Amino acid sequence: MFDLDNINEIWQTIARNKTRSLLTAFGVFWGIFILVVLLACGNGFDNGIRSQVEGFATNSTFIIPTNTTEAYKGYQKGRSWELNMSDMEAIRRKVKGVDMISPISSNYSYNGENNVFFGIKGSNFGMKGVLPNYNEIDRGKILYGRFINETDINEARKVCVLGKKVYEDLIGADKNPLGLMVKANGIYYQVIGVVEAYNANVSVGGSMNETVILPLTTMQIAYHTGDKFDFFVFTTARGYKTKSLQEEVKALLRERHDIAPTDDGAMMMFDFEQLFMVFEYLFLGIKILIWIVGLGTLLSGVVGVSNIMLVTIKERTREIGVRRALGAKPAVIIRQVIAESLLLTILAGIVGLVIGVAIMAVVAKFVGNTPSPDVMFLDPQIGFSAAIAATVIIVLSGLMAGVLPATRAIQIKAIDAIREE
Amino acid sequence: MIKLENINKTYFGAQPLHVLKGINLNVEEGELVSIMGASGSGKSTLLNIIGILDNYDDGDYYLAGKLVKNLSENQAAEFRNKLIGFIFQSFNLIPFKTALENVALPLFYQGVNRKKRNMMAMEYLERFGLKDWADHYPNELSGGQKQRVSIARALVTSPKLILADEPTGALDSKTSAEVMQILREVNATGITMVIVTHESGIANLTRKIVHLKDGLIESIQENDPDKMDFTKEIK
Repeated sequence: MFDLDNINEIWQTIARNKTRSLLTAFGVFWGIFILVVLLACGNGFDNGIRSQVEGFATNSTFIIPTNTTEAYKGYQKGRSWELNMSDMEAIRRKVKGVDMISPISSNYSYNGENNVFFGIKGSNFGMKGVLPNYNEIDRGKILYGRFINETDINEARKVCVLGKKVYEDLIGADKNPLGLMVKANGIYYQVIGVVEAYNANVSVGGSMNETVILPLTTMQIAYHTGDKFDFFVFTTARGYKTKSLQEEVKALLRERHDIAPTDDGAMMMFDFEQLFMVFEYLFLGIKILIWIVGLGTLLSGVVGVSNIMLVTIKERTREIGVRRALGAKPAVIIRQVIAESLLLTILAGIVGLVIGVAIMAVVAKFVGNTPSPDVMFLDPQIGFSAAIAATVIIVLSGLMAGVLPATRAIQIKAIDAIREE
Repeated sequence: MIKLENINKTYFGAQPLHVLKGINLNVEEGELVSIMGASGSGKSTLLNIIGILDNYDDGDYYLAGKLVKNLSENQAAEFRNKLIGFIFQSFNLIPFKTALENVALPLFYQGVNRKKRNMMAMEYLERFGLKDWADHYPNELSGGQKQRVSIARALVTSPKLILADEPTGALDSKTSAEVMQILREVNATGITMVIVTHESGIANLTRKIVHLKDGLIESIQENDPDKMDFTKEIK
């Protein structure tokens, strides 16, 4: 279909009316251009917002004990209760679908004064006792050394991982902190690593950056909490529903701690999945809107092409009639008209695609693609699959635009050309 | 070559118009025939039917021994392309194509490749003295040149039949004579030719004149054009 002769034949008819072809093509160009720019901007916002929550396990649920709100089994309401390690064991054993579970103990400066010191330099930071798997839920980038490991836990080593800000404030950003001793709430710990939170915006119990992280066991021994801790986080395994897991976990805890089965106020829960779902729906909505607007703009371009081609066909009645008289078969005429609309649309569409992508590439260069807490717009570019989709849409719209003019064209009989007006 | 048996044609409009009311006509191979008649006599309709541009309601039409009836668009296109060459009053050259491309167009629809097609087209242009005008567009040609281009276009596929609808209708008398001379020469090579005209001067240059009146053949007149000095005779 696209040998040189045919292309030449098609090109002649398009080039015959350059201004008109150009204006017609502009509609398609604009449609694709707008679609690309909108998609890229949508991606930019998507990336921007996502970078705000990146590094945090989006299927995690935090549970924090508070005071009971109902009297039960002889206990008065308003009783405080605490989590312990056997709760973790029980959940592990009895609740199916829990992927990771991580108990956390936290500690603060009791009177608001400086509680963490390096040498004579002191500052006020939070402390957290965690297990090694905590770093998989609230992920941090290791800047120096390593995170807490199993041996630290088993031996209750007096070691700590510093948050980035703790390290910078106390030790100084240019100094190797490994092996140095830091005093936190009265006890010295050896620094084994420095960690930077991927995400300073999402955290429970203070940002990792401003925390001194200890092995949970060390914390429990150092501050005499036995096997108790303050709160825990669990993630949902693939294929399980977070909602029902939460109910199971809560029911189990109520049973183990003699809390009324109906007492919903006895513990606080942060459901991150629900939180992130809101984002997901928001982005889905934006995406749908973008496609509707983009395709709508493109559609008006396609209608423009179709419309102009109809006019052209009308004008070319005589020429088409002559072609028919000279032996052009209907299929040849259809092919030519559709090929004309295809060529026009594809040229315009590709130019729109290329210019759209190019402009967004320049914009992306200015915007950059490094996440930072106050950037909501990141790397606004369309992906390869979106580019392919755009190309397919261009071709389809070219075909679509050609159908009506083509059916009109084959209705022209050879005899129409011969008729002298 | 052409055999028409009781051809009837009615146009169904607001008022049905019975244009051809039973035409019987035989045209042998190599004949030069003219169809004459006043406007509305049905001569153009008859030519369209012979040229398979239009269909007929009743009767049988045999072209080169084959029955032409209820053809599909594709079959009709193929017949026209291979067997028939058309010459029109208003030339019907495609305005955005050069003389050469116009002549080559029927070959394009036969699927002849570009090189061969342009070579053949050039041959025919040369034959009619238009070699230097090959790259010109129709609006850069005179009436006579345009008609010669369209004759070249009609001949390029080596058809068995040439149909000319008022071939001199848009030309002055001198060019008319030239064009008629060319058509006679073409006919002399053995190609059957049917010319529709309302000018008796043109008809007198043909060997058989079919007089059409109100959709019927009034008379068929044998004629010897060589007895006349046609250059003076036309108007």
